[in-house]
Amino acid sequence: MTDRSPDKIFGWFSVNLVVVVAALFPVGWILSLSLKSSDTVTDGRLIPAKWSLDNYKGIFTGSGGDVFTKALFNSLGIAVISTMIAVALAAAAAYAIARLEFPGKRLILTAALAIAMFPPISVVGPLYNLWRTLGLFDTWQGLIIPYMTFTLPLAIYTLSAFFREIPWELEQAAQVDGATPFQAFRKIIVPLAAPGVFTTAILVFIFAWNDFVFAISLTSTDKSQTVPAAISSFTGASQFSAPTGSIAAAAIIVTIPIVIMVLIFQRRIVAGLTAGAVKG
Amino acid sequence: MSSIRLDNVTKRYPDGFEAVKGIDLDVADGEFVILVGPSGCGKSTALRMIAGLEDISDGELSIGDEVVNDKAPKDRDIAMVFQNYALYPHMSVRENMGFALKLKKVDKAEIDKKVEEAATILDLTDHLDRKPANLSGGQRQRVAMGRAIVRDPKVFLMDEPLSNLDAKLRVQTRTEVARIQQRLGTTMVYVTHDQTEAMTLGDRVAVMRAGTIQQVDTPKELYEHPRNLFVAGFIGSPSMNFFPAEHTGDKIKLPFGEISLPAHLRDVKAENVIAGVRPESFEAAALAPEHHEGESFVFEIEVDLVESMGSELYAYFDYEGEGASSDELAEIAADAGLADVPGGGGRVVARLSPDAEVKAGERAELWLDVERLHLFDAHDGRRLTADGQADVSAGTAE
Amino acid sequence: MSRAEKKPLSERAKAERKLGWMLCAPAAIVMLLVTAYPIGNAIWLSLQKSDLRFPDQSEFIGLSNYVTVLSSHLWWRDVLNTVILTLASVSIELVLGMLLALAMHRAIFGRGLIRTSALIPYGIVTVVAAFAWRLAFAKAEGGFMPGLLSSLGIIGDQTDPLAQTSTVSTFIVAILAEVWKTTPFMALLLLAGLSLVSDELHEAAKIDGATAWQRFWRITIPLMKPAILVALLFRTLDAFRIFDTVYILSNSGGNRSIETVSVLGYNTLLSRLNLGLGSAVSVLIFFSVVLIAAGFVKLLGTNLDQQTGSS
Repeated sequence: MTDRSPDKIFGWFSVNLVVVVAALFPVGWILSLSLKSSDTVTDGRLIPAKWSLDNYKGIFTGSGGDVFTKALFNSLGIAVISTMIAVALAAAAAYAIARLEFPGKRLILTAALAIAMFPPISVVGPLYNLWRTLGLFDTWQGLIIPYMTFTLPLAIYTLSAFFREIPWELEQAAQVDGATPFQAFRKIIVPLAAPGVFTTAILVFIFAWNDFVFAISLTSTDKSQTVPAAISSFTGASQFSAPTGSIAAAAIIVTIPIVIMVLIFQRRIVAGLTAGAVKG
Repeated sequence: MSSIRLDNVTKRYPDGFEAVKGIDLDVADGEFVILVGPSGCGKSTALRMIAGLEDISDGELSIGDEVVNDKAPKDRDIAMVFQNYALYPHMSVRENMGFALKLKKVDKAEIDKKVEEAATILDLTDHLDRKPANLSGGQRQRVAMGRAIVRDPKVFLMDEPLSNLDAKLRVQTRTEVARIQQRLGTTMVYVTHDQTEAMTLGDRVAVMRAGTIQQVDTPKELYEHPRNLFVAGFIGSPSMNFFPAEHTGDKIKLPFGEISLPAHLRDVKAENVIAGVRPESFEAAALAPEHHEGESFVFEIEVDLVESMGSELYAYFDYEGEGASSDELAEIAADAGLADVPGGGGRVVARLSPDAEVKAGERAELWLDVERLHLFDAHDGRRLTADGQADVSAGTAE
Repeated sequence: MSRAEKKPLSERAKAERKLGWMLCAPAAIVMLLVTAYPIGNAIWLSLQKSDLRFPDQSEFIGLSNYVTVLSSHLWWRDVLNTVILTLASVSIELVLGMLLALAMHRAIFGRGLIRTSALIPYGIVTVVAAFAWRLAFAKAEGGFMPGLLSSLGIIGDQTDPLAQTSTVSTFIVAILAEVWKTTPFMALLLLAGLSLVSDELHEAAKIDGATAWQRFWRITIPLMKPAILVALLFRTLDAFRIFDTVYILSNSGGNRSIETVSVLGYNTLLSRLNLGLGSAVSVLIFFSVVLIAAGFVKLLGTNLDQQTGSS
């Protein structure tokens, strides 16, 4: 239990090393690719022979124009708005599920579970058709609507698991102490619920940021194309050069926000993913 | 062949904290020994070291004649009952009880026979095919004991096995544990923080504090000859009363009067003394025994509160001035949740005959059996005797 | 849940009901509209002859789209591809995920480090992950793996693993990419299950004479079974829908493509714009998923019953 023999320390050190290398190696490879100059990008070497930031300059200012910049803006905007709406809707539902008794509660949870398992490809066709009729094709709304729908189940499960853990009697205690119901909610419940809401928001954001199926199906131009869709259709600077360097640079740029979030919030992300899984 | 011997056994954590500080303890074959003490005193750690669930940092642990420091729990032939029972939720009662035998590859018919036997002893026969989740608290506790009994081990270890039961069931099960131990005659080490449990169950009781054993003795010896302030305060309910005392030659000044000391307490050599009086050493003056040998003392106080138990009567009274203070007493109070009880002076409880005519708010004359007064060194908590030495007649520890 | 509902509801209970419904309504309506309507629409479209390139020729043709799909060799090839990818990646993930979960649970130091590193693949965009593996293996695109593998003598000097006549290496790379990206998720779900097995049970089993191996198989695994099934359910469904990785791996000129059912659906719907046939594929995928889910739920249900005893 508290045994820290040198063998064990060495053993766990090796385990840590294996996990870290396995997790980071592909990212390191992309980073290395992105820093290679255009004439060495296909040399197959692990470490760049010639370092250069050309690929980064290329995707922001190069001949591709502002495709990538716009896609980055679209990705951020769409992911943030979807997250806010999904978390707001889910918080209301999760509050009801965690705290109130009403018929239909199980039905909501079952429906949410069913949607969590739903294959997006099955609705892409009809949505494509419908969005063209409604004028939502290739718009932000056109992506926000499916994103928030498909993240609602995750958000509802995670939030209701968190909400069940909140000691709600504190709200009454605060009221006994002289707080108005609104004050009790603002000063007691909101601070207690905030970490769960925040965690859920991170998970929803990661989902929206990650999506590819809807992005390539329901958008066509830089008006609403997100980064994953944009990267997949990158072409080389000329017909004969592969877009490898640009793809690598763009990949690193979209990965940065995720890495930062993971570094800061790893504890919360783990709590969120496991809370929904165990109690759901 | 199943005695246990702890020789200077120490548990030191990587951060340097010593949970158990070199304890010595001999448990004879078939003996029932209790480790008792406030929370954090190291009693559970000591038990877990005997079980092999904690490594021993220093010292030697033998079971039978064999040093088992480096043996895995499974090779020690012990059984243990855990505080939360640790029943395997996915196995039926029968499977839970037979698990260890199954691991030993005992013949299936044999396992069934032993499980049925244990179930009969524990009155679990009707529940053998149920899952732990469907049992009551008392039944779960019995399954946990059954799991231990079935194995017929060299040693039984129990870690606060009754603490999750309600008061009535606890008393019932306590009797059950004693009965089973007598019937099986297996060596047993039992950890509890409840001194009543310790006193009623054990052949011998080891009182622990801060990683050390304060005293190991029979319940009667512990009660009558506590080695120090801590043991005196911890053992007994209601606890011993303590008074700051001024001590001059053959007299001692207590908050309610000056008393001449009995022969065996005269000439104790200590500067600051704390006097200890068990509640039953008081009596209403009118009911004092007629033929009392040795010193006694009569004094008057104002009774604060009276609790009548039918068979006896507790009279509470306060005295003015500083209460007796020492680290040991503070620790006992903290463990009992009394650390912040307000008020100066001290509160005294006297256990009187039910016929005593005392009323709350009225003055009463009490009699004190001075022969049964205890004196402790306020500085280090030792119990003092006439020759000025710590009392070494009691106790086998150290 | 099973309250006695015979008594007339108190005002308070009525208000509670109403509030509950009001709070759930927005989320419920959104979920219903964006999934139930399209799937209904897909079923309807799948019964039509509907091709966006020839919008005038739409007509009701019954099940003949399904007949076309189910009798086509493409569909069955893609089903097989999908099943291979699903089985291979989920089973590898289960083993690796369990090891990773145990490492996160038991590590005596560096837990935070393991957790953070493991979360990086989870957070990374699937498209990026797929590119990372494609660009590592595709010789034409400057991957370092061909060089490494040929220096180890595993493949020939000039071989491009992703441009072989056989698709085996494309499968291997797809599985690698999928396993790398989703093992952390599996591990986290398993970790949640692991932390439900109390230390006291392990200690009791130790005293009962169980070796570390026996404790794992007889205590940890049986108690984690629901968590394992839930993790398998989510990952199997997820793997069955696999799209991003396969699309990226297959979508470059020289690469040997593999196609899964989701990719087939996408191509039929959005590249060839055949809404009728594409919808039939979508509906078939939908029912496959329902079938898989139902199987797991049944398994999980009986398992939970056993777990708690039949009370």
